[in-house]
Amino acid sequence: MSSKPFTLGTGDLARVAVFTALIAVLGLPGALNVFGNAVPITLQTFGVMLAGLILGPWRAALAILVLYVLVAAGLPLLAGGRGGLGVFFGPSAGFLLGWLPGAWVVGWLAGRGGFVRLLAACLVGGIGVIYGLGIPVQAAVTGAGLGKAALLSLAFIPGDVAKAVLAALVAGGVRRAYPAVAPAAPQAEDSRPGAAQR
Amino acid sequence: MTGAYIPGDSVLHRLPAGAKLAGLLACCTVVVLLSSPWALAGAAAVVAALYAVSGVGAAAAWAQVRPVRWFALALFAMQFLLATPAQAVATTLRVVVAVALAGLVTVTTRTSAVMACLERVLSPLRLAGVDPVRLSLLLSLAVRSVPVVSGLATRVREAQRARGVEWSVRAFGVPLVVGALRHADTLGEALAARGFDDE
Repeated sequence: MSSKPFTLGTGDLARVAVFTALIAVLGLPGALNVFGNAVPITLQTFGVMLAGLILGPWRAALAILVLYVLVAAGLPLLAGGRGGLGVFFGPSAGFLLGWLPGAWVVGWLAGRGGFVRLLAACLVGGIGVIYGLGIPVQAAVTGAGLGKAALLSLAFIPGDVAKAVLAALVAGGVRRAYPAVAPAAPQAEDSRPGAAQR
Repeated sequence: MTGAYIPGDSVLHRLPAGAKLAGLLACCTVVVLLSSPWALAGAAAVVAALYAVSGVGAAAAWAQVRPVRWFALALFAMQFLLATPAQAVATTLRVVVAVALAGLVTVTTRTSAVMACLERVLSPLRLAGVDPVRLSLLLSLAVRSVPVVSGLATRVREAQRARGVEWSVRAFGVPLVVGALRHADTLGEALAARGFDDE
């Protein structure tokens, strides 16, 4: 793993690009309807936490930055097919902008730690940092008080805690299933296409 | 969605990508600032007229708005209960209009043109030590990877269904991420083989 932020090999480049796509896909309706079609649930923050856990702080932050640029260019990559510059001005813009520092903090705290450390990293970075930015912006945009905005956000906490647990579980599973995950370039011997989908 | 370019030779098709993106930026900002349902209904009418000008057809227009139909319904119901009906109409129209506008730019502009434009806009980053060619490569790789990862997600879903573990997010997440990483590493090797690694 490169420790300097701007020295990216092609392996890093490809992983960052694919994780941007992964976060986008997790927001697509139809790709994953855990609770059926009726509830519009977004797993994108789950993707943000996973990016931090698997890519490490800098590459994860870059993946989110690429997502911002593509969304700003008008591609509907956010949950519910949202895209365009409008999303950066809405009431939930702070939550969206919190993804970047959030993913960085998740990656920074997680390191190569075990399940408990991964979970703690997700809770602090994926919930603490994102809500820390999201709530004040929501309060400012809607004109409601800080306390009221925080109260409204409480409804999303249980879902996000569940996502943090899942992200830590999945990241642990990925490390066991694909040990080449730590350094970017070298590939595991078993790279038959389709082997992962069994 | 991505790669949804529909060939044509309307005024909107012939406009340069930069102009369309700047227009999208301006329109989205205006739409966010509009608060009266009448003004937003006017905006919706303007967007419908723009679709008519582009000549992509009603089916293509619906395909752009279709992904947000449930979200829009839920949003409308929530606003209707929590706020006034006028506010519910305004909020829902705002989302639909913004999505439809972004979709209009998407169907009338080649992705390669959008990327070329972004590359130009981002080229001042060269001063910060970022190579614009690598940056645009990164952006187009990400766009190109969306359908790939989406297909991967569908296959994993089907495998899950076949195994009878439909409700396990773990049985979805691990194969999906591993599959995505495998794809990324193959992609990285292909790029290295084409000489993108000599820095």
